[in-house]
Amino acid sequence: MQFWIIQTLNSIAFGGLLFLLSSGFSLAFGLMRIPNLAHGGFFMLGAYLGATVTYYGGNFWIAMLAAGLGVGLVGIVFERLILRRLAGNVQGQVLVTLGVSFIIADLCLLIWTGDPWTLPAPSELRPPIRLAGFAFPTFRLVVFVIALITAVALYFLMDRTRLGAMIRAGVDDMEMARGVGIPVSLLFTVVFCLGAVLAGIGGTLGAPSLNAYPGLDADMLPLALIVVILGGAGSLLGAFVGSFVVGFLYNFGIALFPDLAYFILFLPMVLVLVLMPQGLFGRIPS
Amino acid sequence: MSMHRRSVLKGALAAGVATSALKVPAAVAQAGPIKIGFLTIKTGPLASGGLQMEQGLTVFLKQRNNMIAGRPVELQTADTGGNPAQARTKTQELVERFNVHCLIGPLAAFEALAIDDYIKSSKTPILTVAGAEDMTQRKPNPWLVRASATSSQPSHPMADYAAKDLKLKRAIVMADDFAFGHENVAGFQRVFEDAGGKVIQKIFTPLNAPDYGTYVSQFKNADCLYTGHAGSNGLKLIRQISEYGLKGKFTIVGGFTPIDESVLQQMGDDGLGCYSGCWYSAALDNPINKEFVATVQRDYKVDPGVYAAETYLSAEVLEHAAKQIGGKVEDKEALNKALHEAKVPATLCGPLSFDELGNVVGNVYIRKVEKKDGKYVNTVVKTYPNVSQFWTYGKDAFLKDPVYSRDYPPAKNLE
Repeated sequence: MQFWIIQTLNSIAFGGLLFLLSSGFSLAFGLMRIPNLAHGGFFMLGAYLGATVTYYGGNFWIAMLAAGLGVGLVGIVFERLILRRLAGNVQGQVLVTLGVSFIIADLCLLIWTGDPWTLPAPSELRPPIRLAGFAFPTFRLVVFVIALITAVALYFLMDRTRLGAMIRAGVDDMEMARGVGIPVSLLFTVVFCLGAVLAGIGGTLGAPSLNAYPGLDADMLPLALIVVILGGAGSLLGAFVGSFVVGFLYNFGIALFPDLAYFILFLPMVLVLVLMPQGLFGRIPS
Repeated sequence: MSMHRRSVLKGALAAGVATSALKVPAAVAQAGPIKIGFLTIKTGPLASGGLQMEQGLTVFLKQRNNMIAGRPVELQTADTGGNPAQARTKTQELVERFNVHCLIGPLAAFEALAIDDYIKSSKTPILTVAGAEDMTQRKPNPWLVRASATSSQPSHPMADYAAKDLKLKRAIVMADDFAFGHENVAGFQRVFEDAGGKVIQKIFTPLNAPDYGTYVSQFKNADCLYTGHAGSNGLKLIRQISEYGLKGKFTIVGGFTPIDESVLQQMGDDGLGCYSGCWYSAALDNPINKEFVATVQRDYKVDPGVYAAETYLSAEVLEHAAKQIGGKVEDKEALNKALHEAKVPATLCGPLSFDELGNVVGNVYIRKVEKKDGKYVNTVVKTYPNVSQFWTYGKDAFLKDPVYSRDYPPAKNLE
């Protein structure tokens, strides 16, 4: 029984972190049609920035916000200066984001060196919760709660605001959106920046368990890709459901079939791609 | 390319300065510099160790004004990127284009394996730091010496200490799911079980697993956990053991990679009390090491870990061998013989010599993480002298068994 409880908690906690990672990726993918392969790099950059702020005595939550803003800024610059010039050239955009992910990785190596940086969780959240003989990390549950709050906030943003309506219009039919006067080009920047902010915050929230180290980007990016392919590009609900599906698959896959862990993770993705290429909640592009 | 040009320039410049400053006899100076090809990793996820390797070698050459055995040194650095194919290309370039007299590196076992054939055919002496067991065991490369250790060499005494001195009975073993992890853990398991202990759980994690929460929450009830993880993975594991409230429920013992000086300060209190077996500790009390540690701390603001120490150590062995043959490193056969027969009375990690397969026989230290003057250090609690790669099993008996792997020796006591 304890096994199932602990692994379920593990799964939803990890799923929460994955949602923070993949929601931004999914938004940008849905609107701009490009998989931003630098998104793992944004996540890693968030972890390093957060670790640096706390290293110089900053509070954890301030570090999280600083990392979000910092990475968001990088996102704006990247979108405005580079992606913008390649509008319509999907291949070029994919290669550029891949190139930028390498550049981010090597810049991080240069600035923060190869040794891992740790980012301790806020001290009041460090002792694990103990209940009926088992212990679970408090901070991981907090990350899950933050992910839930983010999901609700994003839902309101997308479903209840004018900005959200414009983004949805852009995702569904970019040409038509342009036609009715929606500033799609500005939306690109806003959405890309929002995605980067979420990655930056996710990086900081992941760092107390994962640390910031060279290669973190490459470890996380495939997970974001799986989530978005499962859930469907551009769908917030898809990213949400996909994150927890992957969280459960990853944890129970490893726990029950340790030698097949990665196979179990990729198998549903293959099935979804074959049976419903648009993903569980994605829309078929018109 | 520009990197090469720059290091050539720097080497030439340094060599020029050194010769004029020290007034080396003209005859020797005319022989030209000793050319060392250095294979390291400066980019990608393995760069952490590669950059430290460079620190160790840089400190060594600086301390000697860039002179070895009375001759200036020209160092050619090549970045393998941790990629076997690139390691192979760079090695070929170093040997054929720059005509290096010997090689130091590479870091990773799969890189060393990728250049194994080429080393044999080009007959270039190489001082490797990669652990890959069979390169000095069942498939020895006659041109290769290893001054640091095989993957399992320090695991044997660590297991002996855990079973006999710490009186631990039940162990969980855990490592990255690749050759180094398998070999490192296998050495521990064999000696631990031969000494009466039991390995009750064996876990190999994918090298790029983002999270260990699932594994940590499944630990069985044991006296100790042995970790053979490399790089940041060891740090991640020990941190998550605390996160899940398991710190103190069992003793953490480890190989030389997870509890390295380079991550010790980051590990903080989570690391306190961890034991590890290694051929080196920054806390070793001998004049060579004290100066080495002080220089690295001054120049790089970090404590040197095994990666920095192993290139320094390799350079010490090279210097010793070069002196034995009067600095005439152009004779590669003679240099190779001198390297294999080197008996160095004092290095930064104590005296050492080599067995007939080119692997080091030297001290292994059991270290315990303690806090001294606000800093975390690997205090040496026991020294096992003259440890060979065959431990106490004897060369012939050892080599009759299969190479250490994921399933060898088989685990008979799993629960």
